[in-house]
Amino acid sequence: MTEQQALYKYCLRLGDNALVQSYRLSEWCSNAPTLEEDLALTNFALDMTGRAQALLAYAGEVDGNGKTDDDLAYRRGEREFYNHLINEQPNGDFAHTIARLLYTSTYEYLFYTELMHSADERLASIAAKVVKESRYHMTHANDWAMRLGNGTEESQGRMQAAIDGLWMFTGEMFETDAADALLRDKNIAVDLGKIKIKWMERITEMVKLAGLKMPQGSYMQTGGLKGIHTEYLGHILTEMQYLQRAYPDATW
Amino acid sequence: MELLEKNEKLQDNKLGSFEAKIERDDAIEPRDNMPEGYRKHLIRQMSQHAHSEVIGMQPEGNWITRAPSLRAKQILLAKIQDEGGHGLYLYSAAETLGITRDEMIAQLHSGKAKYSNIFNYPALTWADIGAIGWLVDGAAIVNQVSLQRTSYGPYSRAMVRICKEESFHQRQGYEIMAKMMNGTAAQREMAQDAMNRWWWPSLMMFGPHDSESPRSGDAFKWKIKRSTNDELRQKFIDKTVQQAEVIGLKVPDADLRWNEEKKCYDHGPINWEEFHSVINGNGPCNNQRMAHHKKVHAEGAWVREAAEAYRLKEEKLN
Amino acid sequence: MDTQLGKWEVFMQAKPGANYIHAGTIHASDKKMALQNARDTYTRRGEGTSIWVVPTDAIVASNPDDNDMFFDPSNDKTYRLPTFYVMPEGAKAI
Repeated sequence: MTEQQALYKYCLRLGDNALVQSYRLSEWCSNAPTLEEDLALTNFALDMTGRAQALLAYAGEVDGNGKTDDDLAYRRGEREFYNHLINEQPNGDFAHTIARLLYTSTYEYLFYTELMHSADERLASIAAKVVKESRYHMTHANDWAMRLGNGTEESQGRMQAAIDGLWMFTGEMFETDAADALLRDKNIAVDLGKIKIKWMERITEMVKLAGLKMPQGSYMQTGGLKGIHTEYLGHILTEMQYLQRAYPDATW
Repeated sequence: MELLEKNEKLQDNKLGSFEAKIERDDAIEPRDNMPEGYRKHLIRQMSQHAHSEVIGMQPEGNWITRAPSLRAKQILLAKIQDEGGHGLYLYSAAETLGITRDEMIAQLHSGKAKYSNIFNYPALTWADIGAIGWLVDGAAIVNQVSLQRTSYGPYSRAMVRICKEESFHQRQGYEIMAKMMNGTAAQREMAQDAMNRWWWPSLMMFGPHDSESPRSGDAFKWKIKRSTNDELRQKFIDKTVQQAEVIGLKVPDADLRWNEEKKCYDHGPINWEEFHSVINGNGPCNNQRMAHHKKVHAEGAWVREAAEAYRLKEEKLN
Repeated sequence: MDTQLGKWEVFMQAKPGANYIHAGTIHASDKKMALQNARDTYTRRGEGTSIWVVPTDAIVASNPDDNDMFFDPSNDKTYRLPTFYVMPEGAKAI
């Protein structure tokens, strides 16, 4: 694997995470518990779409095959997507969406804070923008976790079920492959071992504040880094890529 | 007896000051005295307007996950989000009249309050997203620009903000249509099909002809409404026909002719039977729209309860 | 019971140093939510640099029936305005 190939894959992974999250978050549009929350979740979906654009456009440039962000979003198959499985899981109830946002936004905040120091200037500048968004997403998720965890008996039960249910998808966020190793040597990629400790501290603290119990399971799902997904991704792509596939000659 | 007379006199004075304000084109504010009919009319109109924005999120929301490019997805999301925001502004403005958002939602669910008929039609293809932005928002904007001058202050202020924000909505719809008319044969066909299905319902958005709903009504006397249905409809037709021509779309009206004398377009008869039938529940999507709104409202109840319960606990602690 | 959470009035500052101007209303159950909802509702187009939120029922409004006693008495106090005064010709920077 060359540095170019490693960087391409690294950008795809980050871009795909944003793209798939934007898909799931946008599903909340006109479905949220209040009108205000509807606007908030749409804002997050918009943040994620912009992030996907920036990262996939850069991936295309790194690859050098003239692929645009749209080519990469709409013309790749399931086995060529490298997002973490947690992001493709269905939204579930509002507690599940908050639990996922809690896990992923905390991760992204820590991840992009580190990536701001990447030797790759383009990634560093994307990270500087993303880290602000992530901090807001994390604040929003923390506050809702507090409300749901300490709210009613029902909301506490749902919130506990949500953090438990998604727990087995969190380990994958810290997995590394050959691309990571190669880019770590060049100070381009983030040291995931370092942020794993911080992530665990923050989540443990937040779960406690929310009056919940830390999930206990030690089994972790894996596959996203190799392009092996849960069944949900295929359906996401079927829907997302529908027009591009039905009318391959059209521009929109 | 004396007190009663005095009260009546006071009441007359108060209403007198309301009428004087309307006469002077002064805005009426929430704490001002106003006839009960004025308040009721506003609550009905503003809540219907708010419900329309919120229900209107559904047909466009139908295409969010299928938008054909990242740019298209962003624009559509931002637009639908705006509709939600506009619903929120309008609910808030209506709340200044002494009705709660919860009561308005309950009225929507019971069928007492209506929303714009146009959203009972389905968004079938991507071209429908273009047609909705261009025609439906285009028609709404004509109405809303006129409502910026409405007499109730909070309503007028909401309209000013909404008009400012909506200026991109119509453009994004027209851009979609233009792109499709510039595209493949299949895209052009899709665009014309959407035009054919959305043109007439868009004209119906302005409501019955003036002969059916005369200018002399309270809404005009109180300056809630500033232009008649036919005036607004004509304005919309006159600007839209030219836009259709520029991109090669045919307006599906065999009777459409430029009237040189009146300097405006004459149009064919509107199918009011369809209009009334859809209003009365027989549109293709009436049940779907209401069922969706009720389901979301019910599913969100535990979240709102939890938020309130958390607040009460926190207040006790502090 | 109202299940739509409490009402808050939103005031926005468009740029540093400017007055805070009423932007509108949102619903929220607590202060943090109120601030975030105000942000997500009223700054979608980069309109603000600072936000205040105030519970709607904490706002006290003057009664329009009192307008004559409240506001009319200041109408004839034109000596509070700089244009009231006649300055000697040739005086500068005053």
